[in-house]
Amino acid sequence: MIKGINVIGLYMHDQDEALDFYVNKLGFEIQADVKNGTFRWLTVKHANQPGFELGLLEPQEPVLEAATAQTMREMVAKGAMPPLVFVVEDCRAAYEALKAKGVEFTQEPIARFGSVDANLRDPSGNAWKMVEAR
Amino acid sequence: MPNQDPALLRRLLRAKDRMDAASHEDWPVERLASVSGVSEAHFARSFKDAFGTPPHRYLLTRRIERAKALLRDTDMPILDIALDTGWQSLGTFGRVFKDVTGQSPSELRAAEQASAQALDQVPHCFISAAYRPNLKSAVSEKRRQEAADKKSAEDE
Repeated sequence: MIKGINVIGLYMHDQDEALDFYVNKLGFEIQADVKNGTFRWLTVKHANQPGFELGLLEPQEPVLEAATAQTMREMVAKGAMPPLVFVVEDCRAAYEALKAKGVEFTQEPIARFGSVDANLRDPSGNAWKMVEAR
Repeated sequence: MPNQDPALLRRLLRAKDRMDAASHEDWPVERLASVSGVSEAHFARSFKDAFGTPPHRYLLTRRIERAKALLRDTDMPILDIALDTGWQSLGTFGRVFKDVTGQSPSELRAAEQASAQALDQVPHCFISAAYRPNLKSAVSEKRRQEAADKKSAEDE
């Protein structure tokens, strides 16, 4: 039966921009970067979770027809995609470090519900919540 | 709805994010427009096209949402909550709050605290969104409509 989740794809505005953000700013590693015609299968993973990849994909034709691809680009840019969460050991320290790298935070660290959390967005508009491990 | 340039939408989202982060602050159009890199003349229209609500009404929903959370989670005096969430006076806060939610701040606090739930298992943004009023018309319009409904009910 099912052993676990292997890949979750996220829509990006621009794969080069996304790669720079997820690798050089957030510290993920490239797992796959394969070009096939106009398609580019691009995934990153975290060192602690070798079996789990985030796909950094662009909505594009012909998988989606032009109007739907445009709609998906608009949805991502409007911040309409569902929330994503990652954990950090020390939210305030991670906030300072990532902010210094130019990461766009939408909420400074706040202590509540027995933890500390902050919010950031990737360049495309996807929202991440950064939560201190309890 | 016409297509909107994703790059523009991303910049409009930045203005929305800034209101989210500091809804108690004043957000005149020129301030929002400069966050988005859009002219003041185009900002309000572009924002409404993108997010379905004018920027000032969006800000109002965030202020009410925050006030509801403070009423639910704290014992802060209602005056302090009003000032803390961006209102200049208790009177205006109380009136607008009731117009939007249908309850006065103290009624809502009593009801929420009576039905306290375990919220620590749900991410904060999710709880927060659940408390946001779904304000589809201007408050003044809502007030007029309710007055008209009440009148027609009385006439029948």
